[in-house]
Amino acid sequence: RLVQVSKNYRSVIRACMEDMHQAAISARDPALHSQYSTQVSILSAIELIWNLCEILFIEAAAAGPLLLRLLDWVRLHVCDVDNMVREVLSSENPSKHKLFWNVVDVFVLQGRMDEARHLLSKEASADPASMNMYKILDDLMKKMPVPSLSNTQTLTEMELKWQHWHEECQRYLQDGTFASNSHMESICKILLGDEDAILQKKELMTTWYHFLVTRLLYSHPTVKPMELRFYAQACMDLFLGGESSPEPLDTILMAAFEFEMHQVIKECSIALSNWWFVAHLTDLLDHCKLLQSHNLYFGSNMREFLLLEYASGLFSHHSLWQLGVDYFDHCPEYGRVYLELHIERIPLNTEQKALKVLRICEQRQMHEQVRSICKIMAMKALRNNRLGSALSWSIRAKDAAFATLISDRFLKDYCERGCFSDLDLIDNLGPAMLLSDRLTFLGKYREFPRLYGEKRFSEAAKLLLMLMTAHIAPCSFWMTLLTDALPLLEQKEVVFSAEQTYELMRCLEDLTAGKSEKQKFQDDDAEAMKVEMLRLALARNLARVIVKEGTLEGS
Amino acid sequence: VWDKSENGDWHCTASWKTHSGSVWRVTWAHPEFGQVLASCSFDRTAAVWEEIVGESNDKLRGQSHWVKRTTLVDSRTSVTDVKFAPKHMGLMLATCSADGVVRIYEAPDVMNLSQWSLQHEISCKLSCSCISWNPSSSRAHPPMIAVGSDDNSPNILAKVQIYEYNENTRKYAKAEALMTVTDPVHDIAFAPNLGRSFHILAVATKDVRIFTLKPLRKELTSSGGLTKFEIHIVAQFDNHNSQVWRVSWNITGTVLASSGDDGCVRLWKANYMDNWKCTGILKGNGSPVNGSSQQGIFNASLGSANTSLQNSLNGSSASRYFFPPLDSPRAGSRWSSHAQLLPPPPLIEHSCDADTASLQYPHPRRRCVSRPLNLLPENEGV
Repeated sequence: RLVQVSKNYRSVIRACMEDMHQAAISARDPALHSQYSTQVSILSAIELIWNLCEILFIEAAAAGPLLLRLLDWVRLHVCDVDNMVREVLSSENPSKHKLFWNVVDVFVLQGRMDEARHLLSKEASADPASMNMYKILDDLMKKMPVPSLSNTQTLTEMELKWQHWHEECQRYLQDGTFASNSHMESICKILLGDEDAILQKKELMTTWYHFLVTRLLYSHPTVKPMELRFYAQACMDLFLGGESSPEPLDTILMAAFEFEMHQVIKECSIALSNWWFVAHLTDLLDHCKLLQSHNLYFGSNMREFLLLEYASGLFSHHSLWQLGVDYFDHCPEYGRVYLELHIERIPLNTEQKALKVLRICEQRQMHEQVRSICKIMAMKALRNNRLGSALSWSIRAKDAAFATLISDRFLKDYCERGCFSDLDLIDNLGPAMLLSDRLTFLGKYREFPRLYGEKRFSEAAKLLLMLMTAHIAPCSFWMTLLTDALPLLEQKEVVFSAEQTYELMRCLEDLTAGKSEKQKFQDDDAEAMKVEMLRLALARNLARVIVKEGTLEGS
Repeated sequence: VWDKSENGDWHCTASWKTHSGSVWRVTWAHPEFGQVLASCSFDRTAAVWEEIVGESNDKLRGQSHWVKRTTLVDSRTSVTDVKFAPKHMGLMLATCSADGVVRIYEAPDVMNLSQWSLQHEISCKLSCSCISWNPSSSRAHPPMIAVGSDDNSPNILAKVQIYEYNENTRKYAKAEALMTVTDPVHDIAFAPNLGRSFHILAVATKDVRIFTLKPLRKELTSSGGLTKFEIHIVAQFDNHNSQVWRVSWNITGTVLASSGDDGCVRLWKANYMDNWKCTGILKGNGSPVNGSSQQGIFNASLGSANTSLQNSLNGSSASRYFFPPLDSPRAGSRWSSHAQLLPPPPLIEHSCDADTASLQYPHPRRRCVSRPLNLLPENEGV
């Protein structure tokens, strides 16, 4: 449930705090130490705020009386006095400790009646003369009605009981029962909710919100959440007493007491330099449907705004960007477009990272981004002359034009060097071969040297012919193919059938006819000679094959 | 040209002299086209450069080689800006010159960077100082280019003009002129469009200005429709207190950076109520200006004397100084168009002039000039 989520957040914050604390303690460098200490203090503040928000906004009425929860909160977070308490309790004779009464006061102020009574009993045993006083005080403290967790009593019952108890305390005070012991008298006054008496213990409370809770405990224990605002400001003013002005933390807490959720978020945004806190708190409040009570667009859009900001920040980190992706996924309005913009900008220094990014894009059908990233990687590979890598990227990008370009480069390489690079890749193209005509040609043509090498001449011949007649081969390459055919034509055994030879001749004629007069003029001798040689070889082959085919077998 | 190494340091990997006059601007093409740069200069030329991957030795020595692919010599005066068009338009760039001519070139074969053809020549009648392409790839509107002028002539003509490509005439035509900008303009920049129906344009002039341009129904003229725009100024800041020279947007168009003669870089951001505010000030060396946090009321000291670390850990410290001064975004390394800013101090604000009737994000009908926001108790002692 949402409260559990909130508690999880808080335990994470506390865990961070612990780590920071450890780091701070072990830091040698004073600058580092102070940096860590700062972090600890910030974390502690946000945990404080979050806890209060949890109590006031998220838990609501379900978890029991407000005051008890606020008491818990105060006890948890205001512990400057813990050292003192420990010191007194662990001393040999607590009641003789000079800070004894301070500790008792602390317990009373925090509503820790049992502990207070326990301490008092020690004192009582040490000072039998005041036994009577102790008994009365102890009794009062024992009988103090507190709002209970279980709903065994109604509010009215509780208030009635409390009224009686209050009057009883009043009587004892007025009778002067505690007159001889100023400590006990002040405790009694505190029990009665006497503002001045409580205020006197300022240093023990240390903060105005402690003062607020204490005051409420002893004057309005059945306070309801919505009533807090009436007391909060007054308490803060009294406590600060005009000597100091509210700190940012104070303003935030005040806004929380006044149930001004938007104000809380606003103040936190100003005070904190990191979006983490406001983004997650707002998100949680939004899930609790608490922000919508103000105004529909306000609430959900503020959540998205904060999450977008937070996630954008994550993208500048070399590995946390992956978290950013998830955050964007949860922003219904602008998440996708933000993701599209950010993901294209992630530096792709390794192929692994590129693949990771691509997977994310493909999962979300971000086709344009996939294409763009693949194109960038392909270009990078091409520039570094890694043709195989470039080809596989362009296949992934489904970029036919680029694939064609790279295939041309492969073919050019082959013509220059006589062998193919990245043969593995070409062999395993599979259906990707069909991406572009040139690529298909490359994939199939690659077979030729192999077939020739394996002396499978008729198959090689068939391949060559097929490439030309099926128009898979680009015209520019025909000359090369025909030249490839030369050795086959010159074989002792006739390789090409008559029909095939006619086909070849036609191809050659098509090729030469296609050239304009001007081109023919510009053709150098080598070119012309090649054509002549081909014509001759073809004619010779034709002659041989006609004879062969004409000859009856066996006769 | 500087490259960033593995450990985050920037090293100069190439440096060469080529133009015969001051080089005014330099700009990157989209990485889809490879590693390509364009430069423009006082010597009346613009040039396109490509990085050539050289010998492996060079890589080790940290050197890269750049080759000039083409020189564009059509201009008769100093070429003051050069910008590549958004990648969806192909490999295209625009230049503008001091004689008021904007030229748009295209390389039809993206693999051949030496062939560029002049596609359009636009005469702006004012000396041009800067141009900006609208980066939006939405098909809802045609290609658009903004031109700024630093003309000092006494006629008070609008110094920012918007040109739009007309499908029917196949030409660029002037769609709009920002009449309110009458001071010389030094830089201009469209913000990335996040699927908004309107455009955002930043102008660097004697102050920083941000405009929204909302396309209205196209006017049906015989030449087939030029878009009319509803123009609003959504922000105007004179914090630089001097000429503003450059403006630049972040990736999402949510943060604007400006630089001025005061030697500072200022960052501007809108909260979700579309109110723009300054979120950071950086000095020339990248260090933040003291007290440049959102509200300078924080006390710098952390903790009073009696705060112990242990107390902090267990609960609120006795001291009430909780939040140390905000870290302004650290500039760290140089800006590259690909750098994303660290989250700056945020800006949630309940603006009293919030239009409660139409609380819809974004606010296309945001109106009125906001007063120059001088909220910050800046220490301008540089």
